[in-house]
Amino acid sequence: MKTIRSISAVVATSLMLIPMVSLAGSQPNPEQDLKAFRQYFEQRFPNTPFKDFSNGSFAKGIGSPGAISQWQSMEEFPPYDFAVAKGKKLFNTPFPNGKTYASCFPHGGIGIAQNYPYVNNKTGQVVTIETAINACREKNGLKPLPWLKGDLADISAYMFSTSDGKAVNVKTPSTPAELKAYETGKKIFYTRRGKLDMSCAGCHTYHSGQRLRAQTISPTLGLVVSFPAYRAKWGALGTIDRRFIGCNKNTQAKPFKPQSTEYRDLQYFLTYMSNGLPINAPQWRP
Amino acid sequence: MSNTIRTRAMLNGDIAKIMALINHPMSLKIVNGKTIPLNFIEQVKAEINGKQVFLADWSAAISKNPFLAFKVKGAKAGDSVKLSWNDNKGKSGSTEFKIS
Repeated sequence: MKTIRSISAVVATSLMLIPMVSLAGSQPNPEQDLKAFRQYFEQRFPNTPFKDFSNGSFAKGIGSPGAISQWQSMEEFPPYDFAVAKGKKLFNTPFPNGKTYASCFPHGGIGIAQNYPYVNNKTGQVVTIETAINACREKNGLKPLPWLKGDLADISAYMFSTSDGKAVNVKTPSTPAELKAYETGKKIFYTRRGKLDMSCAGCHTYHSGQRLRAQTISPTLGLVVSFPAYRAKWGALGTIDRRFIGCNKNTQAKPFKPQSTEYRDLQYFLTYMSNGLPINAPQWRP
Repeated sequence: MSNTIRTRAMLNGDIAKIMALINHPMSLKIVNGKTIPLNFIEQVKAEINGKQVFLADWSAAISKNPFLAFKVKGAKAGDSVKLSWNDNKGKSGSTEFKIS
């Protein structure tokens, strides 16, 4: 049954792919992409309420009851509690010049993570919470923190935890710089790369909900909403690009550099596609 | 130091489920080829109203930031629980809370 369903799903998705592929000379239409994208996942997972997609492969209607109950017991008393508390402490510790991270962010950095990433139209660069944290440090005379893990992940996790439950609110790409970042991120997501010739979409869209060895593949809808995430494999928190790098390596594709324009454009595209989902970060993942 | 232990207690009739998350590196001797000193919790004790109800002997096999849950019969609301640990380096931590 499952094979037949997946074949019809592949047929259905290749029909749906058409509006998503930008033909040469045509204007990108993120709103239309988002609508088609949501419809695809609604049809693929009819038993999953929209908000549940924030829980990835542990969402109702996607994960097995056993996996969901294990995830729930981990979330009951999460191992990342200490890291988030450390992140809060680091966030509130003043720099040598007396200022704090709060001075670099709107609302003092509290309850704003759902608005990231955004595109700085002057520089054309995608600004993520992580780049914003390091930009704040450099603005105040400090060296940037190393990407991917450690203090940076802890501070980012704290900031996202203050947005718990708030809907992802990335501004719809409309300026030339925003559309360029969006299109680049989208292209990276759908392009096959590396020795195994796999694309992100291949697994996370077209085989989402199916098994990859013992694990259920998480759907693209909501994929980034649980980050920074605590992965049991890492025994610690990691930012979204820590996962991008790991996943690229797993598919034998050369990873890009942490917080490179490629990964930031990808993060921008993926977060926009998860607009409306409630932030639930950090989360435990295997 | 109560900030090394986070606790929660759930009462169901007269059975209390005590849960705790202990902040401790629980480090092995060799990690990724590097030798680091063994640092693990040796014993975890729990007392209710001064009487010992739980004792665990741990080793380096228990992973970082260990989670512990156990059930105790004969508990009631208002009981005072004291959870404490001590490690092979002579450090210790404890916390006290009431079952609500």
